[in-house]
Amino acid sequence: MSHTVAVIDYGSGNLRSAAKALKRCADSLHLKTEVRVTAEPDAVAGADAIVLPGVGAFADCRRGLAALDGMEQALSEAVEQRGRPFLGICVGMQLMASRGHEHGLHEGLAWLDGDVVALEPSDPALKVPHMGWNDLVVTDSSHPLLEGIATGDHAYFVHSYRFAPEAADKVLAEVDYGGLIVAAVGRDNLAGTQFHPEKSQATGLRLLGNFLRWRP
Amino acid sequence: MLKARVIPCLDVKDGRVVKGVNFVDLRDAGDPTEQAALYDAAGADELCFLDITASHERRDIILDVVATTAEACFMPLTVGGGVRTTDDIRRLLVAGADKVSINTAAVAEPDFVRVAAEKFGTQCIVVAIDGKRVAPERFEVFTHGGRKATGLDAVAWARRMAEAGAGEILLTSMDRDGTGDGYDLALTRAVVDAVPIPVIASGGVGGLDHLVEGVREGGASAVLAASIFHYGQHSIAEAKAHMAAAGIPMRL
Repeated sequence: MSHTVAVIDYGSGNLRSAAKALKRCADSLHLKTEVRVTAEPDAVAGADAIVLPGVGAFADCRRGLAALDGMEQALSEAVEQRGRPFLGICVGMQLMASRGHEHGLHEGLAWLDGDVVALEPSDPALKVPHMGWNDLVVTDSSHPLLEGIATGDHAYFVHSYRFAPEAADKVLAEVDYGGLIVAAVGRDNLAGTQFHPEKSQATGLRLLGNFLRWRP
Repeated sequence: MLKARVIPCLDVKDGRVVKGVNFVDLRDAGDPTEQAALYDAAGADELCFLDITASHERRDIILDVVATTAEACFMPLTVGGGVRTTDDIRRLLVAGADKVSINTAAVAEPDFVRVAAEKFGTQCIVVAIDGKRVAPERFEVFTHGGRKATGLDAVAWARRMAEAGAGEILLTSMDRDGTGDGYDLALTRAVVDAVPIPVIASGGVGGLDHLVEGVREGGASAVLAASIFHYGQHSIAEAKAHMAAAGIPMRL
């Protein structure tokens, strides 16, 4: 039976990159996976796995998601009640938080306790956005999503805000940018990356391949 | 630690790669998607397409080039040249670009950058600035491939664009472009010190030491070059190894 991955299309920028990268992974792993870019709640509700990409501002992405009638409910049912694997990318990960502080205070999906706050590197010479390749510090090497990915592997980041979790136990990987910040988080069937796996060459494709095979 | 980026830039005209010396004397050197895949495999940190297609009717060709490139390359791709409207940006992003670079349109309509950043996010808006030295410590913004003076001070303009929501500045020295004499380090340093966002140094690379200088003396977050890579003078791997040997943090 075919395995369906829904990539949620809510008007955010480069979601096709994510879809193309997932397709590439599925092909190279010989998985019978159908990658579907969709704005339909029914397609999300019926998917075997869900990816929420995201670029732009927290509030805009939140609004874009809320603007799709029935989408948040479909997402919540699939992810929270039916336990479907979920991957949030960049702002898609940030939306998993309780609150976002970009351009005012906004509620997140509240799947992970914590806040999305401005990136303020301790070294004033460091530029914001944090843009480019940075090496990961893997803090939970046993997580299936990080199989084959080790501390020192590089991933591509572009962000001006970061997720500050209330508890450190959900952090899967960190990255040093004037202090350690969250690079990947997860609990149960939920995971998110601050970096862009779809733009992170071999390391990113590895993580996406792990996600496609993940059966939490 | 964040690494300095090496960005090969491909000038694309009518869907083919060309590279100019001071924007004239164009030489044809290949298929952009093929070139992009080579740079991807070679470990380039990002790719940049500069579309220099002149005729308006042929402008959509770049969308096909971007789409086929995005099928094959899983690395960040910036596309610039002729970006005038939010619809131009949207079409490039949908085709698979990660960032767009805006040059003339920002000068013509400064609010365009703010509108674009609000609509698509700061992270995908690169403002390209072509600077020319007009006095020992003064640089002016030029447009139209360096032919048209704007009267704008390049450093003040960079600051204004950062405030408007640019996520990055692509800074080209028009005096150095195509010369092989190295980046204009004074220009680079002045802009880097003036803005909180990353700056890509461009224009003038003739050897690997120039890349080192761009980061170390210019303070650039990324270095862009075209000819030295494109005509096989140096490989990406050589460039990155050379920069790493000089003590610059690189992704090797």
